[in-house]
Amino acid sequence: MLELKNVTKTFNPGTVNEKIALKNLNLLLNDGDFVTVIGGNGAGKSTMLNAIAGVWKPDEGQILIDGVDVTGMVEYKRAKFLGRVFQDPMLGTAADMEIEENLALAVRRGRRRGLGWGIRSSEREKYKELLAELGLGLEHRLTSKVGLLSGGQRQAVTLLMATLNRPKLLLLDEHTAALDPATAAKVMSLTDRIIDEEHLTALMVTHNMQDAITHGNRLIMMHEGGIIFDISGEEKRKLTIEDLLDRFRKLSGTQFANDRALLN
Amino acid sequence: MGGWLNALPGAVAQGMIWGIMAIGVYITYKILDIADLTVDGSMCTGAAVCTMLMLSGVNVWLAVLVAILAGMLAGLLTGIFHTFMGIPAILAGILTQLILWSVNLKIMGKSNQSLPARSFDVLVTQLKQWETLLILVAFCAVLIAVLYWFFGTELGSSVRATGCNIGMSRAQGINTDFNKILGLMISNGIVALSGALLAQYQGAADISMGRGAIVTGLAAVIIGEAVFSKVLRNFALRLTGVVLGGVIYYIVYQTVIYLGFDTDLLKMLSAIVVAFFLAVPYWNKKYFVKPKKKGDGGNAGA
Repeated sequence: MLELKNVTKTFNPGTVNEKIALKNLNLLLNDGDFVTVIGGNGAGKSTMLNAIAGVWKPDEGQILIDGVDVTGMVEYKRAKFLGRVFQDPMLGTAADMEIEENLALAVRRGRRRGLGWGIRSSEREKYKELLAELGLGLEHRLTSKVGLLSGGQRQAVTLLMATLNRPKLLLLDEHTAALDPATAAKVMSLTDRIIDEEHLTALMVTHNMQDAITHGNRLIMMHEGGIIFDISGEEKRKLTIEDLLDRFRKLSGTQFANDRALLN
Repeated sequence: MGGWLNALPGAVAQGMIWGIMAIGVYITYKILDIADLTVDGSMCTGAAVCTMLMLSGVNVWLAVLVAILAGMLAGLLTGIFHTFMGIPAILAGILTQLILWSVNLKIMGKSNQSLPARSFDVLVTQLKQWETLLILVAFCAVLIAVLYWFFGTELGSSVRATGCNIGMSRAQGINTDFNKILGLMISNGIVALSGALLAQYQGAADISMGRGAIVTGLAAVIIGEAVFSKVLRNFALRLTGVVLGGVIYYIVYQTVIYLGFDTDLLKMLSAIVVAFFLAVPYWNKKYFVKPKKKGDGGNAGA
């Protein structure tokens, strides 16, 4: 479903701030894979997601989504393949627009936007049902401005928007990091449910090691712009946080350093 | 008092013409989140094109239409500077404004051209105050209706999303560069329309007629929001509020002149008032609201 071939990206080349963010990164995701991504500060986790999303072009290498080479495709065109949820709840929705308007924008991802009405009344019923499934009471607030919602509610709406129009690949960039533990758990279980029901292929960056072990069928660990550890199936299920830290020490030769890593 | 009352219909008419201009400013400033200074030039472009076409015998409606198209071209230029050439929006607008200064002079052949209402079939004129007001109300109603429709469409919604949260818009597959250019074109088309109407109303086009237009437009937008935002929440009504903001601005303006205020100082006074009102939301955030997390509102263009 997704293939990264030797993707390399250097920020600020030739300056004192030069930073090799991705180094010959290779990754192959199969259809239906739900991969969790962990790594220390500056390991390249978010950079990898941004490369896939097309925020900028890689210096070298190739990115294929479902067999289509998207390496040179601009961000907004590539969006038709992707659903994205960001770390900051403010980033995924348009705050000054209504909940239903946000959903209507999302359902038209990858389609031509013409001069037909922005929302048809038949859509509203569908949105109501989908919002009711979130269990947050949002089905009664279709015309509320998204800016009035809490962080957790906004992330739930963003998740809905990312998957409303079935994406070939769902990119989750620490999407529960800014939420309190209870809300984070709720958004996480929602994530599981949607990925499961829709049989989505997903890539989830997380700082929570337990989440990385509990969720998904495959786990990759990144270090200095590359993947140093890739585990799936039964082996992944048996992992513990201690195992992960231990493996990291052995493979990278350094201590695991992530300011926000939650170890339990 | 009698003099003030006599001047009132004129003030309302001019206020409505500037209110139309302010709708253009509203589209860039409020919807696209861009402070577009092109308007200082495109207002005069609209006036110049309309005047010269009418002087050469073209029908008034056709002249107004071509004036609108000329304004849209100005918006296109600013849009290309901003998106394709990566120039910050405010500078892109200033560059176009300067280009338009020369273009407007070339269109008119000199710094002003008169368009006497007695010899030409103009739509609005000081000579027929009441008919003029009626026509302006009709213009505003049609304009607001068309904009209400457009910003409710799929394309219009995506333009609003572009101004609200550009990162989210791209993630949802919206061509944000195209939308910015489109918004700038619509805005400057409307500004040129107001310029065309103003030239007819005043009976002349003048190279300096758009100078400081952005400030007047912002003043109308701000007054409209301050006075009517509690009552007029719907988009069409908010645009109506902007037009009324322009009218209030002009009534105050005329009153200040009537009271014998030094007219040399009027532009300065307008600018200071606008600066003060622009500061209010910032002060509100800084001193009266608890600090929020970064990325608030997404207008940073993440």
